[in-house]
Amino acid sequence: MTNTIGEFATAKLLFCIGTNMTEAHPVAATYLKNGVRSGTKLIVVDPRRQELADYAHIFAQLRVGSDIAFLNGVMNVLIAENLYDNRFVEDNCENFDDLVAKVAEYPPSRAARISGVPEKTIIEIARMLGTIKPAMVIYTLGITEHNTGKRNVMSLANLQMLLGNMGVEGGGVNPMRGQNNVQGACDMGALPNMYCGYQRVAVPEISEKFARFWGVDGLSTREGLKIAEMTNGLPAGKVKAFWIFGENLVATEPDIGHISHCLNSAEFLVVQDIFRNETTPYADVILPSAAWCEDDGTFTNTERRVSRVRKIKEAPGEARPNWWIFKEVARRWGYDWPSNSGRDLWDREIAPLCPAFAGITFDRMDAIGGIQWPCPSEDHPGTAVLHRDGRFSRGKGNFQAIDWVPSAEEPDETYPFVLSTGRRLVHYHSRTQTGRAKGLNERMPEERADISIPDAERLGIANGETIRVVSRRGSVKIKANVSKRMPQGMVWMSFHFWETNANRLLSGDTASFDPDTLTPSYKACAVKIEKMA
Amino acid sequence: MGTSLVTAVINGKTLTAQPGMTIMQAARAKGIKIPSLCYHPALESSGACRICLVEVEKHPKLLPACTTPLSEGMVIFTHSPKAVAARRFVVEMILIRHPLDCFSCESNGRCDLQDLAYELGIEKSPFQEEGNVCTDYALDDTNPFYIRDMNKCVVCGRCVRACDWQSGYHAVDFQFRGIKTTVNPPVGMKLEDSDCVFCGQCVQACPVGALIERKSIGQGRSWETEKVRTTCAYCGVGCQLDLHVKGEKIVRVTGTEEGMPNRGRLCVKGRFGYDFIYSEERLTKPLIRVRKGDMKSGDDLFREASWDEALDLVASRFKEVIERHGSDAVGGVSCARSLNEDSYSMQKLFRMVFKTNNIDHCARV
Ligand code: SF4
Ligand code: SF4
Ligand code: SF4
Ligand code: FES
Repeated sequence: MTNTIGEFATAKLLFCIGTNMTEAHPVAATYLKNGVRSGTKLIVVDPRRQELADYAHIFAQLRVGSDIAFLNGVMNVLIAENLYDNRFVEDNCENFDDLVAKVAEYPPSRAARISGVPEKTIIEIARMLGTIKPAMVIYTLGITEHNTGKRNVMSLANLQMLLGNMGVEGGGVNPMRGQNNVQGACDMGALPNMYCGYQRVAVPEISEKFARFWGVDGLSTREGLKIAEMTNGLPAGKVKAFWIFGENLVATEPDIGHISHCLNSAEFLVVQDIFRNETTPYADVILPSAAWCEDDGTFTNTERRVSRVRKIKEAPGEARPNWWIFKEVARRWGYDWPSNSGRDLWDREIAPLCPAFAGITFDRMDAIGGIQWPCPSEDHPGTAVLHRDGRFSRGKGNFQAIDWVPSAEEPDETYPFVLSTGRRLVHYHSRTQTGRAKGLNERMPEERADISIPDAERLGIANGETIRVVSRRGSVKIKANVSKRMPQGMVWMSFHFWETNANRLLSGDTASFDPDTLTPSYKACAVKIEKMA
Repeated sequence: MGTSLVTAVINGKTLTAQPGMTIMQAARAKGIKIPSLCYHPALESSGACRICLVEVEKHPKLLPACTTPLSEGMVIFTHSPKAVAARRFVVEMILIRHPLDCFSCESNGRCDLQDLAYELGIEKSPFQEEGNVCTDYALDDTNPFYIRDMNKCVVCGRCVRACDWQSGYHAVDFQFRGIKTTVNPPVGMKLEDSDCVFCGQCVQACPVGALIERKSIGQGRSWETEKVRTTCAYCGVGCQLDLHVKGEKIVRVTGTEEGMPNRGRLCVKGRFGYDFIYSEERLTKPLIRVRKGDMKSGDDLFREASWDEALDLVASRFKEVIERHGSDAVGGVSCARSLNEDSYSMQKLFRMVFKTNNIDHCARV
């Protein structure tokens, strides 16, 4: 996020698109609700009439996968009615003419046709954005988990630059990261093209710096493979040995049959985890690790705040800290790593290697709590709002002309429904944790597929009736939840329960992924619904 | 900002405060404790309980510190005989209906009512003579997260305000009148069927033992536990939470009131989702595959191994593959749930030791 969660309570206008915040980021949603109560205006854009819509001043129920057309339509109105920030665009942005030409192709009438959002709502939204400034754009995986994920994000950046809503409190582009430390995993360089601190592997000076610091001769400047390329590389014979740390890929990647086949083809597979799960049976070696509360270290939240995580107990049996496991393997290759604790690793390696985290230390965090990066020095308070005064990290902000393209798998005659998948309030991912927490499982012991009232009526499906949801990959038997929050033609399911795991239905074919990020289309898959005999 | 500070005197001490602060806020900011019950710093004051009455010079009536703005030149006595007498009367009134079974109450030792009675030297209510007027509400214990004992409710309304403001719901509210007043979900509705999302914010706000986390029962008394601050293991909000720990056991979890970004707020997962770490099903030993087999057969295809054996095997098999097929024939996926220091170490292993950039994580689920 460029801004902070606390600003949800004080912003003038919130534009929430593709975020089911009350379930996926509940505490963040409490600030949004406080804001709305104290006068913040709220625009919610989502295929489902989910809880956020209850608080919204304008709710736009768009079709799955039509985000770019919708956003281009909004920008079309902003430009046509001269409601954009001419000054900001002039001073801080490039490529404006391309944007103007592109969005000219999306008058509200066309945007409405594609997105299903009425023309008048598109105009109303544009006018609200054009007159109430600044506005925060907030989104989640509803934007990214599409074949156009990256382009969806760029469209939102276009919108905020056009409105001049960058670098100010109550503005910015704010993706809410899903997992507790997905921000941190990126920050730490668990990315094929970046070292920790977003330093590119392809830049020779950078790789030399890391080589010097680590005391080795040369490091590869060739960018690595993304997850899907690695897993697909297994049956192709390109990747032979694979190490999965803490991810239950079989349950969380799309198309369970496909990912199982991939893992089965590994010549050597290491799985490092705290529980046996659907992925461990494929392993050659399973390494037991310390869990939350069993080691000292840090997490970074979605607003770039690095906070302490503390140990209160020993790991059970012989389970060991994860960093210790990596260090021990390095030792067997003849390298003696100096750090022996989370504190050592942060203070003596991560902070010195990464200018963005240089001023963050364990002592400081212990004294004052979490600190938001960039924090270049120990006397720096941390950074709440990025790009202050319109300064972007790479000079001027670049407008991108972006065309709408349909989802990879559009509904058709045989598979007339769109399936979107996601998370529910009380559970988390494949439930390795929440399934073992007393109370949570009792509150939600099984998954149901949400379908709309008109569809249920048409197909003669009663609430709670067991149905079959079928895609080109497979089928799932599941109880129906007939919900007034669902639009016609849509099915919504989570991936929390193995038996009813929606990932069985999704496509694992990278042709259906975002071509740039290789993010699977978790939000758009064509299915049909069958009544059981 | 810009407007000048307010100067006043509390218990003989001169202090300054931001304009608009209440007497309570100004006093707390300077470390002066004014007894209170319905006041909660994160919630709007309601002035409901009258415990915080203080004497202010030139004011004939006692004033509630939690709702009265501090004004220039006020001279305040928090413990004047008149204020203490009024406070004593309020506590004695509450104790008419409040059960005195502190011994077995989970809140024993961290109860604001108990502290007040102790401070005022009250053992029991002098008004209690006319028979037992304790209410006799059934325990509401059908939900899996927390237990409501309305007999212990002091009607401070903190739970109602916490639900309303800190969670943004309105699942519970006052019901009935007079001595029978309690806080409940809508009439005739069970909590499980109400708007309640079981965030437990009300439980954290309750100053007495009326709302208690179910999993905490019998796990440890407040004086046996130590508070350890940490970060939630679930979503990207990164809420700060206090683990109340006895030995190696988490007794309960509360949101860190001054912690950012959540300022004391938590959701159901952060507050109640902690016990997976104690599961009997945890992996406790390295395991090595003995044979390929049908994943669904249910046989165990693994045997236990020592760390040395398992790590030697991992190191040598990776070495072998890299020697045969080059560095880019190995790859790894890091964990988006684990510590920064773990992800750093994993990418370091792949880059520095294996010489490949084939390292990624599930940034997208
Ligand atoms: S648990 Fe949360 S939602 Fe339920 S009554 Fe308490 S504060 Fe309200
Ligand atoms: S349940 Fe607790 S917080 Fe709620 S009114 Fe009663 S005493 Fe106060
Ligand atoms: S308490 Fe809830 S909202 Fe806060 S970090 Fe944990 S899961 Fe997220
Ligand atoms: S604390 Fe002031 S009236 Fe209750």
